[in-house]
Amino acid sequence: MDNLGQLGFSEAQADLMEVAKRFCREQSPMQKVRALMEDDLGHDPKVWDEMAALGWLSIAIPEAYEGAGLGVAEIVPIMEQMGRYFLAGPFFSTSLAAQALLVGGTEAQKQTYLPKIAGGSVATLALSEQSGNWDLTAITARASHTDQGLALSGEKFFVRDAVAANWIIASVLLDDKPALVLIAKDDLPKDALRREIIIDETKRSFALTLDGITVPKSALLDMAQAEVTLAHIHLCANLLSTAEMCGGTQNVIDYTLDYLRTRKQFGRTIGSYQALKHPSVDAYTGYERARSLLYSAAHSFNEQGTGEIATRMAKAQADKAYAYAADRSIQFHGGFGFTYECDAQLYRRSAIWHASQYGDAAYHRKKLADLILPS
Amino acid sequence: MKHDGVLMGKVNPQELDEFAKEADAWFAENVNPDPGFMLPLTFMEVGTDQQFEFLRDWQNKVYEAGYLGAAWPSEYGGGGLDQAFQDVATDAMRRHHAPIMLNAIGLNWTGPLLMDIGTEAHCKKHIKGILSAEDIWCQGFSEPDNGSDLGNAQLRAVRDGDEYVLNGSKIWTTQGNYAKYMILLARTNPDAPNKYAGLSFFLAPMKIPGVETRPIRKLTGEYGFTQTFFTDARIPADGLMGKEGEGWQVAMKTLEYERGVHGGQAGGYVLLPLDAFAVIDLARKLQRDGAPVMDDPVMRDALVEFMIEAQSLKLCQARGAFAPLNEERPFGLALSGKLMWTEFARRINEFAITLQGTKGGYYVGDPNAVDHGLWTRGYLNAFSATIGGGTSEIQHNIIAEHVLGLPKR
Repeated sequence: MDNLGQLGFSEAQADLMEVAKRFCREQSPMQKVRALMEDDLGHDPKVWDEMAALGWLSIAIPEAYEGAGLGVAEIVPIMEQMGRYFLAGPFFSTSLAAQALLVGGTEAQKQTYLPKIAGGSVATLALSEQSGNWDLTAITARASHTDQGLALSGEKFFVRDAVAANWIIASVLLDDKPALVLIAKDDLPKDALRREIIIDETKRSFALTLDGITVPKSALLDMAQAEVTLAHIHLCANLLSTAEMCGGTQNVIDYTLDYLRTRKQFGRTIGSYQALKHPSVDAYTGYERARSLLYSAAHSFNEQGTGEIATRMAKAQADKAYAYAADRSIQFHGGFGFTYECDAQLYRRSAIWHASQYGDAAYHRKKLADLILPS
Repeated sequence: MKHDGVLMGKVNPQELDEFAKEADAWFAENVNPDPGFMLPLTFMEVGTDQQFEFLRDWQNKVYEAGYLGAAWPSEYGGGGLDQAFQDVATDAMRRHHAPIMLNAIGLNWTGPLLMDIGTEAHCKKHIKGILSAEDIWCQGFSEPDNGSDLGNAQLRAVRDGDEYVLNGSKIWTTQGNYAKYMILLARTNPDAPNKYAGLSFFLAPMKIPGVETRPIRKLTGEYGFTQTFFTDARIPADGLMGKEGEGWQVAMKTLEYERGVHGGQAGGYVLLPLDAFAVIDLARKLQRDGAPVMDDPVMRDALVEFMIEAQSLKLCQARGAFAPLNEERPFGLALSGKLMWTEFARRINEFAITLQGTKGGYYVGDPNAVDHGLWTRGYLNAFSATIGGGTSEIQHNIIAEHVLGLPKR
């Protein structure tokens, strides 16, 4: 296995990166990030509408379903800038839900829902369970046949943006086999959702009780595609997450450098001390390596085998780089770094969050060992 | 066989393709995988006369075949072809794991410099000897008291008629005992307004009275470098490159040639590329507790980490071609490359030793040493790159100051 992924960068990616950089910087200044952290919904619906108007939700949706017909690779530069400026909103969730429908939905479902998502309707996924397992096929929630359709039971966790979503796609076992069902948010019983307290306060996540929910048979995605879809979602989520992490790493490095260039102690600018310079360089080179892997993963994403290797490598390196840069940021800010007011904690929390979702560095390395080191 | 008739800048794809095929066949036929003794992996590791003679003959053979200096002007002894021809030939060397080109400083530094700012006479005199390896070149930048702080070089050059008189010493002179010429950074004006402005750059003959080389025994137990002493050594003034006081700028120029073209303009393929996959093969053939090291989960994880690192470095190199991905820190990756690659090379060689169990205790020369002790020697030699050319610690400072904008003091 000597093709571990090539680098490529399309014109569309370059254009989207430019637009997204400006948009996220202007729409998500730190003051607003802090205000939205206190807000129940957690994002600005007006900003979401503007993103929809920019066509960002339609990017990876085929033209047949009123999308732009590009790929996941083109979402990557946008996610990167969102992660960089902590732009809050259900973009990640909705993009993944669209991918789930695209790979695993019936033709009728694609025709019904994809155009709506392309236009800005919010959707999300309910895949995680009590076990804390990263394996998306380890499912205990159930669906069973009834006269009214499929009766659901069990609990789902880490359902992102569920309150904002119009639809939730949940993984369940049907006849003991993995299946995905589409639930209209309006059909949820009262109290089905509980907001979870998560480490990253710029995001919203919910626990979902499926007990008492019945969906029509037409809500079942193509069962034959369920496992393929879950595998695709796993990689896709890791790719987009890696993009966010790279953006966050870039900004936490810049945020720290600003402080190192201005803060004085013992009559010297602290950034002149090699004890702070050298780890800053290590954080920087770690970031650049993660970013190179990210864009290789984006470029190779649709290549069988290579896409998976490149994506796992990128997430593993991004986890390491983000954690290190943000950890050192807290330390280098000294006493200020220990306060809630210092932004370093936001990045460190974000890095912990990303590691916790869809697999951390060690998990991906273990998967990689089987992929690239056959005995 | 020399290839003529292709004008610079106009590449006939069919001719290029043919040339590539011929080069491929030539290296397939002529690379001797085992000359019966260990060959150096880099031009800095030439430690015995046997290695030197072998590599000198090899470089000459490659040159005579038309695969070295293919893109240098034919009036100076080059092939007169477009750079694309040299690049495919260099590629063939790499693919066939050919022995390195011996005359590294001549091929990658002196030659390009002469053709950039040298005179016609300089080129006529030196280029052919550089390509044929008849004239070995060495580099005199570092001094015993000024290792990483190159700009502080103190070796004195005093003008006396048509000559300069040299006094002082240089260290880490690669192939200093074999070299006929040295590119030399010397202080012509100790009273210049700053340390850089007092430096000048010379082409200096080595086989003259007053120049003495003393071999340095490396940590590996081998040789490859010398310390060079100058005592009232007189060199011709026409060896001055640029003007007096421009030595620093000229020295920086030579660094650019090295970075500019992959594998060098002339095909100066002077380091065998580090192949991270070779460590996997090693893990497959070695045993630990009765099973291949490859099956040990701890070692597997460490291997994967190295593979991720190798891949990321390769991609960082490729990123140079994608401007939008570098626009916020345009020089960041270029300035970080040396630090990232040399530290990686040191650590992966170190790791390869730990794969060997008790045999990690063998060294070059023992019949039981794994791969003839290549990895242990490689680890020890890897320090030449993490120290030479500006230590990793200085690289950190350079990146911190020039890329990250942190203050010098």
